Amino acid sequence: MHLVIIGNGITGVTTARYVRKATDWDITIISSETEYFFSRTALMYIYMGHMEYEHTKPYEDHFWEKNDLNLICDHVMDINVEDRELDLREGESVSYDKLVLATGSQPNKFGWPGQDLDGVQGLYSYQDLQLMEENTKNIDRAVIVGGGLIGIEVAEMLHTRDIPVTFLVRESNYWDNALPVDEAKMINEEIRRHHIDLRLETNLEKILPDDNGRVRAVVTQEGTQIDCQFVALTPGVHPNLELVKSGPVETDRGILVNRHFETNIDDIYAAGDCAEFKEVPDGDPSIEQLWYTGRLQGECLARNLCGERKAYDRGIWFNSAKFMTIEWQTYGRVPPQLPDGCETFCWQHPDENLLLRINYKKSDRAVTGFNSFGMRLRHAVCEQWIDEGKTLEYVLEHLGEVNFDPEFCDQHESEIITYYNERYPDRQLELKQKRGLLGLFQFENQMTA
Amino acid sequence: MSDQKLNKVINEIKDDTNPSSKGLYIIRYTGLALFVMGLLLFTYVMFMGPFELSKSSIEDSISNKQHRQAIAQQTTTMQQQSYTTVFSFIANLKPAIEEANETLDDGDRINDYKQGVYRLNIAKQASTGIIDSYSMLYFWLSIGLGCLGAIIFFLPKIWLRLPGIDNDHIYHNSAMSLGTIGWATGLYFIAFYVFIYWYPEYAVNWIKMVDPISMAIKGQPAGQWFLYGLLYTLAIVVMGVRMFIKYRHSKYHLVRTSSVMFFQTAFAFIIPELLVAFNKPYYDFKNIWPLDYDFFFDWQINTFVNSGSLGMFMLMWGIALTVVVVPVLTYFYGKRWYCSWVCGCGGLAETFGDPYRQLSDNSKSAWKLERWSVHSVLVLVTIMTIGVLYTYFTGSSSLLGIDTYNLRSWYGFLIGAAFAGVIGVGTYPILGNRPWCRFGCPLAAYLGLIQRFKSRFRITTNGGQCISCGNCSTYCEMGIDVRWYAQRGQNIVRSSCVGCGVCSSVCPRGVLKLENGPEEGRFNEPKAFTVHEDGVTVNGGIET
Repeated sequence: MHLVIIGNGITGVTTARYVRKATDWDITIISSETEYFFSRTALMYIYMGHMEYEHTKPYEDHFWEKNDLNLICDHVMDINVEDRELDLREGESVSYDKLVLATGSQPNKFGWPGQDLDGVQGLYSYQDLQLMEENTKNIDRAVIVGGGLIGIEVAEMLHTRDIPVTFLVRESNYWDNALPVDEAKMINEEIRRHHIDLRLETNLEKILPDDNGRVRAVVTQEGTQIDCQFVALTPGVHPNLELVKSGPVETDRGILVNRHFETNIDDIYAAGDCAEFKEVPDGDPSIEQLWYTGRLQGECLARNLCGERKAYDRGIWFNSAKFMTIEWQTYGRVPPQLPDGCETFCWQHPDENLLLRINYKKSDRAVTGFNSFGMRLRHAVCEQWIDEGKTLEYVLEHLGEVNFDPEFCDQHESEIITYYNERYPDRQLELKQKRGLLGLFQFENQMTA
Repeated sequence: MSDQKLNKVINEIKDDTNPSSKGLYIIRYTGLALFVMGLLLFTYVMFMGPFELSKSSIEDSISNKQHRQAIAQQTTTMQQQSYTTVFSFIANLKPAIEEANETLDDGDRINDYKQGVYRLNIAKQASTGIIDSYSMLYFWLSIGLGCLGAIIFFLPKIWLRLPGIDNDHIYHNSAMSLGTIGWATGLYFIAFYVFIYWYPEYAVNWIKMVDPISMAIKGQPAGQWFLYGLLYTLAIVVMGVRMFIKYRHSKYHLVRTSSVMFFQTAFAFIIPELLVAFNKPYYDFKNIWPLDYDFFFDWQINTFVNSGSLGMFMLMWGIALTVVVVPVLTYFYGKRWYCSWVCGCGGLAETFGDPYRQLSDNSKSAWKLERWSVHSVLVLVTIMTIGVLYTYFTGSSSLLGIDTYNLRSWYGFLIGAAFAGVIGVGTYPILGNRPWCRFGCPLAAYLGLIQRFKSRFRITTNGGQCISCGNCSTYCEMGIDVRWYAQRGQNIVRSSCVGCGVCSSVCPRGVLKLENGPEEGRFNEPKAFTVHEDGVTVNGGIET
């Protein structure tokens, strides 16, 4: 049995690792991006000088040979479905018995005039990073278009080089299609605190070239012109369908798969950023483009490949990010608009960038989601509480258990309780435990009390 | 807003990524310039002359009458000359002392160690130039200016960067990423250590500069160890200030940095010197066998025994540290209570060495070498100490055919000086800031065994939140591949972890937390997720 995986990102590599654990199949991973798997999420740290490319590899180079995972650094040009063969750009063709497509994403471009000029780019691949290094040399101003996670990362990257940045965001607040408005406003402030020229409700009209075909300025829909020598287009990503566009593999926005990652062609699977589920449970997106979902899908796909018929179910939702200096963790569902039947409890520190939001059901007060900024929460405890339907009041009284902040960190549980008690004078809560796990961290409690 | 007006706004922002940054950078580079000037002058002081030998300088330097007469006789020609540098002076003095030695009777011969002491003392007396008259001024213009410059260089960061992890441009900086400046710094440190440990007679001008401070503290002139102790303490204090600025968002780092600054200044520097001033044994109350490898040497034990109740207390305290305090505290808190809170070597690594932490090799092969190396040193120091004690109690200098005196002098040379000093600190800019602690320190090995097998300490991994970015592994000074564990959702239980807490700080997703928890569940299942019938469950390093 020869399993071939196209794409050496988190999904492809996770699939390979789990199949390797369960079988002795021949496994080949093909990628033209980099020779070895690296962490895409760490690209920004290379630019900022925190790390070098070498450091972003989750496994040492000898890992692959040791685990008998065959790596091919080449670009797949075509899939020959009949002969089960892949044409490569450089090397000889490769035949497969089972094929996994994990080709990832590409940056979105919405047909703006000038979007292909020199000095205009997205940031997704290792090559994009190298290009950005070149494109941002000796420039006076950069413009970022699109207020999502990549946009704020690019802003932070440029900030470390002391490059003035104008950040165009279409929405009323930064990323407010994913964050509730209090949170989004807090991040607005954080961006401005870094001296980044954030322009909300501003749309890109076109990008203007200079005589050499390089970007010279951008023009907004309001007609203002902003001189710049670099434009980062960061309005999200879409599935990379280059390889399958013309073939028999069925696609829509992504490569269409069922909950077992099977495409319409036998023995061809797709997972990760490039896959689109034909059916999804209510409220879930059909395309998932996160590191975590890539890893989960990879593991689930591996189980299906190895004969276990296991439908993908990602369990209780979680995610995280870091907005400049503010860490964000979320567990369960905290959509920007409060869902029907839900209420929300939101505490915000008066001076510091700390915020804790807990959504809960109106009916039985069972918690449905956590949004935490500047405070770290224990994943397993949040998941357990959501799973068991613990009430908001139970959760608040036991906040110590969920606290994952470093030792000696200021704790705010009692302030949060006080805030609750002021809002609901008829329900006086009491903090059961300041901190620590299941009451067992006696020594740590003494030390930090 | 009209275009014209808008462009004006932009032009105003343009020079203003940070409104006050320009002035702050000027201050920063002024500080750097002052530091470099101090460093250059410090280096230059070593080469300052002249060196003129007088009869009285020999008389003041040597108490043994035979030695004094013989050396005085052999150096008569030197006494009419003036030497421009210490190097030409020692080049003549060294053979003169050797020749003097030849003229002595066998029983009166000057041993190698004593010859070194004489060279140092005579050279110090013979340095009669401007450094002799203005030693304090030179101290302030070199060491003082260097410290001041460094602090001026660090301070503007308070306003240039918001509180939070700031590792910006470390890999763009030659000094911190094995560039030319990094290698040059390493070679400078190594040369410094070689002089201090083995050729202190060349460092007499440096020693002279700190004489007034030594006189003020203990009423005796300085030797090379006083100079070293002072520089070591200053390095921890000045770079401790840098730590306060860099990690000002994290109380954990503020507290532990204060702790190492305190223990170095009080316990390692001032208290031992004051003990000497009061005619008590020199003793560092926080130095623990087997790091303090000569604790059980005969002369050390005799000093304790002959120093009354304080001496006996020191002896008992030292034994209790090794036998009781280390296991108990390490059980509750892990080895960090010592390695990154109390220890002098750790103190230097955590402050002075912090800019180099990312250079620690985190490959698996380095880990393998580390385990062999550090445990070998632990075995060696144990054998050496047993031999020394055997000789102390039986008077026989041979144990199982091994000469215990040879063993201890080789240990002192190879491990105590070459490994702990020259390699252990000298190579900070090349191997990262804890080469000694990782590969050589026998106490770290001992603490590590307890931490690994019988402790409540671990670094907890937060469920499935790891994105494998690699910051934790990169900034682990002990070269632990933290990510390897974090991405599988596994707690990190490693003997080498000194609990500095930087992995937890640099993690952008809040995945890592240093904890003293129950022993149960410390070694958790190495898997971030469990996919099962009801979906996915996250393993968070807790019992469920």
